[in-house]
Amino acid sequence: MEHVAEPLQQAGFSKVILELEVNNHAGVMSHICGLFARRAFNMEGILCMPIGDSGRSRIWLLVFEDQRLEQMIRQLEKLVDVVAVARHGADHAVFERLEEFFR
Amino acid sequence: MSQMTGAQLIVRLLERQGVRTIAGVPGGAILPLYDALSGSELIHHVLARHEQGAGFIAQGMSRISGRPEVCFASSGPGATNLVTAIADAKLDSIPMVAITGQVPLSMIGTDAFQEVDIYGMSIPITKHNFLVRHVSELPTVIPEAFRIAMSGRPGPVLVDIPKDVQTAVIDVEDLPEPARPAAAAVIDLGAVEIAAKMINEAEQPVLYLGGGVVHSGAAHQAVTLAEQGGLPTTMTLMALGAMPTDHPLSIGMLGMHGARYTNFVLQEADLLICVGARFDDRAIGKTAEFCPKAKIIHIDIDPSELHKIKTAHVAIAGDVATVLDALLPRVKVMLRKRWLSHVEGLRSRFPLQMPDRENPRSHYGLIHAVAEALDDDAVITTDVGQHQMWVAQAYPFRRSRQWLTSGGLGTMGFGMPVAIGAALADRERTVVCFSGDGSLQMNIQELGTLADENLNVKIVLMNNNSLGLVYQQQKLFYGKRTYASKYARHTDFIRIAEGFGIPAMDLDAHEDPRAALAEALNAPGPCLIHASIDREEFVYPMVAPGAANTEMIGG
Repeated sequence: MEHVAEPLQQAGFSKVILELEVNNHAGVMSHICGLFARRAFNMEGILCMPIGDSGRSRIWLLVFEDQRLEQMIRQLEKLVDVVAVARHGADHAVFERLEEFFR
Repeated sequence: MSQMTGAQLIVRLLERQGVRTIAGVPGGAILPLYDALSGSELIHHVLARHEQGAGFIAQGMSRISGRPEVCFASSGPGATNLVTAIADAKLDSIPMVAITGQVPLSMIGTDAFQEVDIYGMSIPITKHNFLVRHVSELPTVIPEAFRIAMSGRPGPVLVDIPKDVQTAVIDVEDLPEPARPAAAAVIDLGAVEIAAKMINEAEQPVLYLGGGVVHSGAAHQAVTLAEQGGLPTTMTLMALGAMPTDHPLSIGMLGMHGARYTNFVLQEADLLICVGARFDDRAIGKTAEFCPKAKIIHIDIDPSELHKIKTAHVAIAGDVATVLDALLPRVKVMLRKRWLSHVEGLRSRFPLQMPDRENPRSHYGLIHAVAEALDDDAVITTDVGQHQMWVAQAYPFRRSRQWLTSGGLGTMGFGMPVAIGAALADRERTVVCFSGDGSLQMNIQELGTLADENLNVKIVLMNNNSLGLVYQQQKLFYGKRTYASKYARHTDFIRIAEGFGIPAMDLDAHEDPRAALAEALNAPGPCLIHASIDREEFVYPMVAPGAANTEMIGG
């Protein structure tokens, strides 16, 4: 009788790309990944590189758009090491260009 | 410029932050910090018997002072023992800074003796956490930990500090300023305007207060809003006391063990004004059937709470006190005679039933007898279970921070160490911990800490020799198959308390329990008061887990 969140049917959801600017230190990635993992929210793709003088990093996330995405973004924005979150459509080039490395 | 060790620097920073009491348990990896703490003339260390006790003592201090308070633990098992107390603070938004020792940097990741990855482990249960990798980080990390713990929605922060960072020497020119809370975001006045209009136009509004009202110190504004707008007001478990229980507009606690009339009033609301609450499942029951006719105004300092469970018609992110200050001049004075008399009708038809409340040997009667022997200055803590719900229903709370309970995590073992913390934060007050025999045994070792500190803590032990709320659920929902919920033999709590050096009395043996109780509660120092209660007495009304709040059993 307890309310348990249903695992989401991922087929049928369109993809979304999130661009995060974060502080660059060990541990930031586990804060972000943990946020998704403990909500059973699957990350399809993840890409991270330092930017500028390496004090910051940019993280690209490929996720499915479902009704929890807004809540996920709000949770991301709450993380102390997350400076900014931007949302892009699935047509963004970043993961497309990487595809040749995954063939 | 002065030279000091990392450990000495930490102690100086804690002193400058205003920390005056730290609860903890020492061990190898945190000994440099303890050595430095021994040189502090400002900070009193409370030696807990178990790190979970230390974590809850810090929480008890925070729940009274509203400031982040500190606990210490060593690496490995010391750190893992803190986890429950930290998780509890996270769910109830309690500011706290937990400092753990860690094995030396070069040994991290080698499965060294007493090494665990407490940094990794504490990510989901902290607001933020740090692993300090160099002594030069301490002057920023320590104030930052406090700033994060106290800014916005409060919460626990863990700082893991390797032993060699504690012993490393650092040249310090100027110590950083103590942390202050970050300024809250500017509120959307347009949304406040719309909210005021909705309140003014509503026919059957209800004000729903949560723990955020207590954290924000906004009880006065909340009560003023209720009085000005003629708003019947319900409180979550976390908000009890924000409006006095005997205030004519109070309709008591909502939810799983709320009174029938309270849940019926919510069912009929056409506007729900949620202030610093988060639509927890124990409060709202089945989400889709909660306040089915109501539009929702949601005010919360944490933007991620807005629209999380229920989509709000107007959502205002901001400090509750600031938002209410902006809202009040826009809300018309209204008597709402029709709605309030309907609410009164529901209250008289479906009141909270408290059978046997005049008998101090009954559960409700005991709670009333305790309340009658105390004034509103006393602090009440509870453990978790039937006794907690009975106290929540029956105790006449009249002010914020009078009531300390584990709401979100529901941690058995919470009550006594939190009572110790509350008494440390304010040694003048009487602190009463209502507990059960199941809960008390989960941190019973802290009786030793209580005896050491000789605090004004009275434990009222409601003993039914079982895990009462489990027993109740098995009786009600599992075909009366009571299993693993009754203890095989009776524990002699009087002798246990006395063994720890705590005076104890058995209410069962007194001819005039009311007088004996009043005498014990008003004597200085700690005391354990034992009272047997009937295992077959259940908490009513009860909403079955997952059911709608209007489908109540009993009461």
